[in-house]
Amino acid sequence: MSGVDQWTLIGVAQATFVGLAVAGCLTNRRRVLVTPLYALAALASLVMLIAALGALFASDAVVVSKRLLPVGLPDIKSHLRLDGLAAVFLVIVNIAAIAAALYGVGYDAHTPEPARVLAPFPLFLAGMNIVPLADDAFTFLVGWEFMSLASWLMVLAGHDREENRRAALVYLTMAAFGALALLMAFGALAGAGGGYSFDAMRAMTPSPGIATLAALALLLGAGSKAGLAPLHVWLPLAHPAAPSHVSALMSGAMTKVAIYALMRGLLELAGPPQWWWGGLLAVIGALTAALGALQSLTQTDTKTVLAFSTIENIGVIAAALGLAIAFRASGQPLEAGLALVAALFHALNHGLFKSLLFFGAGAVLHSTGTRELDRLGGLIHRLRWTAPLVLVGCIAISAVPPLNGFASEWLVFQSILDATSLQHWELKFTTPLIGALVALAAALAAASFVRFFGIAFLGRPRDAAAAQAHEVSPAMLAAMAGLAALCLAFGAWPGVPLEPLARVAAAAADPSGATTLLFVGGGDGHTAWLAVAPRGNLTAAYSGMMAALGLAALTGIAVGLASLVSGARARRGPAWDCGFPDPNPATQYTASSVGQPLRRIFGSVVLAARDRVDMPPAGDQQPATLTSTIRDPAWHFLFDPLIAAINRATERVNALQFLAIRVYLSLMFAALIGLLIIVAVAR
Amino acid sequence: MTDPLLLVVQLVVPAAVAPLLTGLVRKVKARLLGRRGPSLLQPYRDLARLFRKEPVLAENASWLFRGAPYGAFAAMWLAMSAIPTFASSPTLGLGLDMIAIAGLLGLARILTALAGMDVGTSFGGIGTSREITIGALAEPAMFIAIIALALIVNSTALPDMSRVLHEGVGLRVSLALALGAIVMVAMAETGRIPIDNPATHLELTMVHEAMVLEYSGRHLAMVELGAMLKLTLYLSLIACIFVPWGIAREADAQAVASGLALWLGKLAVGGVALAVFETTIAKMRVFRYPEFLGAALLFSVLGAIFLYISQHLK
Repeated sequence: MSGVDQWTLIGVAQATFVGLAVAGCLTNRRRVLVTPLYALAALASLVMLIAALGALFASDAVVVSKRLLPVGLPDIKSHLRLDGLAAVFLVIVNIAAIAAALYGVGYDAHTPEPARVLAPFPLFLAGMNIVPLADDAFTFLVGWEFMSLASWLMVLAGHDREENRRAALVYLTMAAFGALALLMAFGALAGAGGGYSFDAMRAMTPSPGIATLAALALLLGAGSKAGLAPLHVWLPLAHPAAPSHVSALMSGAMTKVAIYALMRGLLELAGPPQWWWGGLLAVIGALTAALGALQSLTQTDTKTVLAFSTIENIGVIAAALGLAIAFRASGQPLEAGLALVAALFHALNHGLFKSLLFFGAGAVLHSTGTRELDRLGGLIHRLRWTAPLVLVGCIAISAVPPLNGFASEWLVFQSILDATSLQHWELKFTTPLIGALVALAAALAAASFVRFFGIAFLGRPRDAAAAQAHEVSPAMLAAMAGLAALCLAFGAWPGVPLEPLARVAAAAADPSGATTLLFVGGGDGHTAWLAVAPRGNLTAAYSGMMAALGLAALTGIAVGLASLVSGARARRGPAWDCGFPDPNPATQYTASSVGQPLRRIFGSVVLAARDRVDMPPAGDQQPATLTSTIRDPAWHFLFDPLIAAINRATERVNALQFLAIRVYLSLMFAALIGLLIIVAVAR
Repeated sequence: MTDPLLLVVQLVVPAAVAPLLTGLVRKVKARLLGRRGPSLLQPYRDLARLFRKEPVLAENASWLFRGAPYGAFAAMWLAMSAIPTFASSPTLGLGLDMIAIAGLLGLARILTALAGMDVGTSFGGIGTSREITIGALAEPAMFIAIIALALIVNSTALPDMSRVLHEGVGLRVSLALALGAIVMVAMAETGRIPIDNPATHLELTMVHEAMVLEYSGRHLAMVELGAMLKLTLYLSLIACIFVPWGIAREADAQAVASGLALWLGKLAVGGVALAVFETTIAKMRVFRYPEFLGAALLFSVLGAIFLYISQHLK
């Protein structure tokens, strides 16, 4: 496909998004519009996906195609650029977008005010498409703000609930802070000459001080959007507050756009990366991963569990990206490419299974009316199709074979093993720590999703709503089925998505283009389908197909042999439960009790988790109470003190509002004198 | 001997031998406690009886409950086939390295843990909750041990590890530390004393047994066979890394036969050692697991750090 076609497609899709946003405002009055508008949004996203795939598979070389639009700031204009890295993230965003729009058809069919979502929804998609395409700071930030503000509007869609309003406020504050940090980063990189186009930034090599400043600002700006600790606090509030298909997009796609900003910024724009940027990012990522996984295990709200798990996965991606930067800085392009492939692949996979899981949580919410895990149970009997699809997502996110989550985590682990070859001993000695934290995060995530699925879908219904749940609409099921099929396919044939990703990573990790070595199957096209072999030979290999087919075959053999020797049909009877089955569903383990040992072991240190039992004195008829508390260290140590300090400062400054006019005049005069003195001294 | 045939043998023999190993451990434990104990073949008889019996399912058991024993068994079986037991050749690497083996065992754990919650009994919940706790504690230790081993042999593939360690890398402190870590992880994962007691009859102390309380008939047989296979798997894993001698490197019948005999010997030694260890130690409280598995993590981290230092000094 030639460049012209792609830009036509992109133009058509973006124009459609803007038109849809206008039409979306009308849906409160004309509800018939809801389905066609979502369908058109899906179609426009499909067009974007085709354009991105076209760029990704265009030829062996990574195509760079540029466009200059006559809009924007007068002397900068608006630069667009479609290269491999942008194309990868466009694919991630648009796969999730297609599924979300399809899901929205079913999900939003009965909401009272659909315009609250349908008006910002297309703008949100447009913003997430513009950011990867932008090739100058201005266009980038416009897209970024579209993304932030449109999603903020959708977080506010349920504005009648107090916690949603609080979530939106926290989100808006963090988004503003992040945009400000990005603005600083671009300002530092553009320099005094004002070269705001990315090409100018690439051409310039900033001094180490400026580069470090820009890198740290990028880390703050993009990291806060991605959800890296300790700037993650808005994420578990805002993502669950939005409607479920928007939650899916925010977790599956928007956080990836932030990862894109980190990659583009740290690898390309900020000059030659320094090794400690990578080390810092890897350590922050590993800590974020473990903290996110642990917190997801302590939550009892379905969507909050998923939001914390997003933080975990972002941490894993950031750790791999950090290693890639460290490798690149110490002149190991091959290892850098591998780590970057791992980060990209995990970003792609997380986009798939996290969207799927949020859709699943939305289906549960839709059919039971609750997000509270402890009111669910037994949904596997009621949501017959949703349950297996969500199970696929749970197994994929738990990073076990044969699904895609394992394939990408396997690559991350291989990069961590490679990190032992780094030259900087500080980083080398940190590697086991990073490895242990990422492994802990993976194990805690598995525990968390056993708990999630086990409480919501298995066992007996804990509430009438769960007992009478109904299966969701075909559109919602289709969206989930499509994503689950991709999870299965990418798990069994990881070589297929890895081939283009490896090309992109090779180009990004080694701009000279010397790294042509494929990371898959040692450059041999036959093995690319069979195994992921990072060291260029098959000694350390993972074959998704062997795992998938082997498991299927061996399960078949086991079932066949067992029924051959046994033959007796299973009989149904009451549950055994050691002879004392209790019909009360409250005798089951709850979400909190399943997570209790891990909360006590890890949470007592990290989250200050405390369980207090208040036992009434003997003879008193009062019930005993158990109070369980946890706190997020980011709130406790960073944000609460910060908010308190700001409140104190504003109260002090408030006094300035009540001065006499002569005091104001003298203050202005003093300010003028002060400025003149500064000018005089500076001269 | 051709490779496909060898693959079939590597699939069938461990699954066939696994009950014997369990029988041996039970027998030795019984002798050490001054009892005569059941026959070595008793596990086979138990399995045959379970297979013949009519399975009874709880009224609200779902498809997941019925399928989980087979899925978990298949995951362990596949992991077992990727371990060089008595023969090892490059084509039998199966594309599954040590991380993938740990992952497959994780899959088996997830399926069993989910099945424990399916019927909605309190004991199933206890078992699941404890099982995922043990998994979360054991996995980091296992992974760092893999890092330490991979640092020595420069690969995560077990045939490579086995070969390189067979050729000899000298006596290393790190190897001993990694061995300690893996042994401790293995005891936790296979549900042996001091973490779990496979012979317990007190529900409140159960972990694995509590999860599978609702199973009967052929489903229970698959669960039991899976547990036996898991024990064989961990002993074989430890044997192929730390006692890599005698594994047939090429596919000729004589080497395979002697490899087989030697592997059975290694399993027997491991089984006896396990029985002796279990009779000399008491089971731990649930909230002391972190100490036990934390020690495993410490061993493996120390192993990795010592390797860095030795590389640094070189």
